[in-house]
Amino acid sequence: MASERIVIDPITRIEGHLRIELEADNGRIGDAWACATQFRGIERVLQGRDPRDAWAFAQRICGVCTGVHAIASIRAVEDAIKCKIPPCAELIRNLVSGMATLQDHVMHFYHLHALDWVDVMSALKADPAATSRLAASVSPWPNNSATWYAEVQKRVAASAEGGLGIFSGGYWGHPAYRLPPEANLMALAHYLEALSWQRDIIRLHTIFAGKNPHPNYLVGGMGCSINLNNQITVNQVRLDEMAGMIDQAKRFVLEVYYPDVLAIASFYPDYAAIGASSPNLMATGESAWSCSGAPAGGVFPAALLMDGNYGTAHPFDSKRVAEFVSSAWYSQPEGDRQGLHPWQGRTEPRYTGPKPPFKQLSDHPKYTWCKAPRYDGRAVQVGPNARIMVAVAQGHAETVQLAKEGLGKLHAGIEALNSTLGRTYCRALESVILARRMDQWFAQLNERIKSGDTATFNKERWEPSSWPKQAQGMGFMEAARGTLSHWIEIENGRIARYQAVVPSTWNSSGRDPGGQRGPYEEALAGGGKHPLVDAKRPLEVLRTIHSFDPCISCAVHVLVPGGSGVEVKVR
Amino acid sequence: MNESMDDGWPGGEGFRDYLARRGVTRRDFLSFCGRMAVLFGAASLPGGGRAFAKDVAERLSGAKRPSVIYLQLQECTGCVESLLRSGSSPVDRLILEQISLDYNELLMAPSGTAAEEVLKEAEGRPHLLLVNGSVPLNDDGVYCTIGGDSALNVLKRAAQKASAVIAVGACAEYGCVQAASPNLTGAVGVSDVITDRPVVNISGCPPIAETITATLTYYLAYGHPPPLDGNGRPLFAYGQRIHDKCPRRASFDAGQFADSFDDDNARQGHCLYRLGCKGPATFAPCATVEWNMGQSFPIKAGHPCLGCTERHFYDRMTPFYERLPGFMVPGLGVEATANTIGIAAVAASVGGVAVHSAATVIAKKRAKKAQPETLPLAVLGDTEKREEQDKKT
Repeated sequence: MASERIVIDPITRIEGHLRIELEADNGRIGDAWACATQFRGIERVLQGRDPRDAWAFAQRICGVCTGVHAIASIRAVEDAIKCKIPPCAELIRNLVSGMATLQDHVMHFYHLHALDWVDVMSALKADPAATSRLAASVSPWPNNSATWYAEVQKRVAASAEGGLGIFSGGYWGHPAYRLPPEANLMALAHYLEALSWQRDIIRLHTIFAGKNPHPNYLVGGMGCSINLNNQITVNQVRLDEMAGMIDQAKRFVLEVYYPDVLAIASFYPDYAAIGASSPNLMATGESAWSCSGAPAGGVFPAALLMDGNYGTAHPFDSKRVAEFVSSAWYSQPEGDRQGLHPWQGRTEPRYTGPKPPFKQLSDHPKYTWCKAPRYDGRAVQVGPNARIMVAVAQGHAETVQLAKEGLGKLHAGIEALNSTLGRTYCRALESVILARRMDQWFAQLNERIKSGDTATFNKERWEPSSWPKQAQGMGFMEAARGTLSHWIEIENGRIARYQAVVPSTWNSSGRDPGGQRGPYEEALAGGGKHPLVDAKRPLEVLRTIHSFDPCISCAVHVLVPGGSGVEVKVR
Repeated sequence: MNESMDDGWPGGEGFRDYLARRGVTRRDFLSFCGRMAVLFGAASLPGGGRAFAKDVAERLSGAKRPSVIYLQLQECTGCVESLLRSGSSPVDRLILEQISLDYNELLMAPSGTAAEEVLKEAEGRPHLLLVNGSVPLNDDGVYCTIGGDSALNVLKRAAQKASAVIAVGACAEYGCVQAASPNLTGAVGVSDVITDRPVVNISGCPPIAETITATLTYYLAYGHPPPLDGNGRPLFAYGQRIHDKCPRRASFDAGQFADSFDDDNARQGHCLYRLGCKGPATFAPCATVEWNMGQSFPIKAGHPCLGCTERHFYDRMTPFYERLPGFMVPGLGVEATANTIGIAAVAASVGGVAVHSAATVIAKKRAKKAQPETLPLAVLGDTEKREEQDKKT
């Protein structure tokens, strides 16, 4: 059988625009190219702006990862101007970031990823009573009755009479779907419940930060004030509302999301050995954690696992990060083979691909808007599985315990976390930990309020006149999709350079000058074992790509050209 | 309304009959329409609230489930995410019962050629076209391609048989952050590309969920857009300034201002005007509809308004933490100045209403703006203002 060149564009159920091109033969994938097809130039827009405004521009890099770029941005500015924020502001940021991450993970599983595993049309043939018994066997979740499942079936079936809508054109009946009808129906019901859940719990953002998507942040702290004696500020009514949201978030994670992931995984055990990608993984902290300056780590230190040795953690050194443009539509004075540190890059967009409409991109040396970051020359995976594996390698007790329990149920070892199924499972696992962390942060916030420590803003460094003429800063955040960093250089109170190194840039990068594939490409093509049974219905490819939770708007960014005459020193 | 639901609404059946079969009483239905009328009633309309509710009820009874194509062009997915937060028309009800969402890349099941086939089929029949994201025109549209073709071409094809075109969000209205100076990609809004008919603009970065859903349900009820302002925005959402309905307005009128974030005045819930609030120059329903099912909105939560529903806010409203240009020192004519800016904006809106019946004229005028709008970058030219600011402080 001849090798087939396959194009999947658009890859749907992701953020942004991604195209995957493949070579496949005998039902296996032989090679792959990940092509980011959107460019906006936001970092270029930032040049010359007031650094205190930067978060609001950076925020719009992504509306799914809403908040994370704003956080990393203000952390970078605060690092540059040496601004400390009050403890309550720190806790509020944690709560906002934590809730965003929980919501993101749950929505990823049900609304972006579930349709890769769940056959909706099969769900319509399920027995509601049997579905209820199945649900009771995996979780105590109270919204469980034959009546409810029958209603879900009727709603979807009746809707289908008027057009399948978002379910139209799906790969229903594909032989790679394996769940029994009752498991499909349970998941479909939870898909609908998750839609209601997400809009309820995200209101924590609205209380502290005015709205979601795109909550408001502030260099030096948060805009909200805490005053229990005022109607409009954060008072007891607001605190009570948030307590309810945090509990609701936690309960859904523990009683619906986590059990569903394990239940569905039990039908697809082979995916614990499919989609393995880069043997290098990196994390600078636990999920939702952020800091100004070089990451020193939160509950575990920033570290990398290298070359497939998942038991040994190596210290993270931000100086070893370099970005290549050998497969990306940019030009730089140093030429295409030179990797540049975020502080050093002077990149301009320069499209050299075919004029649209086009049929193929992978037959060109450059095929994506996404740069190729490398650490010490290695392609690196970032994200929930990297965080979990790094934490386990460093003996973080809570993570070790949960990972052991989960891997035990899956009858798998730690290496299984570097797989399609591993990524999806790690997202659920870290959500359990994060839900507990939300309780802790909220309790700490209440303790501070009780003791009268309610400051949310540090004004000492607010005025640009208090800043040095030149300043460099970096901010790190472990976003839902992985390690995010923003890098800023300020001159005379204005942004001179701005750079973001984004989780999906790490993961969706193209080849580097040495021909090393990026993590998406490696997950599909490394080892030559990834299945693709039907090229016209590439369900297996979607499973693996969605397991990374792509965000292509985040992945593509461009470095601001340098100002004249400034010697940049790498910190 | 009776929350028990036994089945969705199949296409082809009248909404009234569907409701009757589901056991929803006319009284329940009228109550629902009354709540929608309250939202629509934010702008002045003939007949008043009671008659309006009846009107909505009668029209919705006959609505069919229309096909919707929801494109995502050069954007960040924030607008679809906002739609998912809707409370008054929850998205599951919207997509299972009110519309047939045939193409939306964030939610749809198929990818690649299967997705393209779905789009092609939907494009071939009458549909509502919703668009998120801007259209990059530079360099043959290479800055955003979907299915191997430019966002420009994708949009043009989808618009050919569209019964209505709704631009959702600031990117689709005029380009938003990617259109901010220097606008490398040549990002423009939908109405700069689709010039043969009016485009409704649901403004904001992103828009409040309920303004998106309410505009859709208005179309379902009436078959045409709600009354629009001079920028093509629904009056029910964009007919008043935030400042007019702000819960901190009494403090503004009384001259009580926060001078710094989290100072004593901020903790008393006083006005954020001195911290850079753009509420006086921003038309948006934040203070009435509020965000996230009526929970709050930025000013109420303690952060100044950024002005994100106004065109080119990244260039016109920045620096975000400085007062609006031309504002006087509080206590000396501040309200007059704020109202002067507000009145000028109202005049533009009223002018827009006056020519609404000549929508084609508006569209033709917009055709002349096919080149991307790049406004002068205010921050690079405000050295004088900064020096003045330094003198004042």
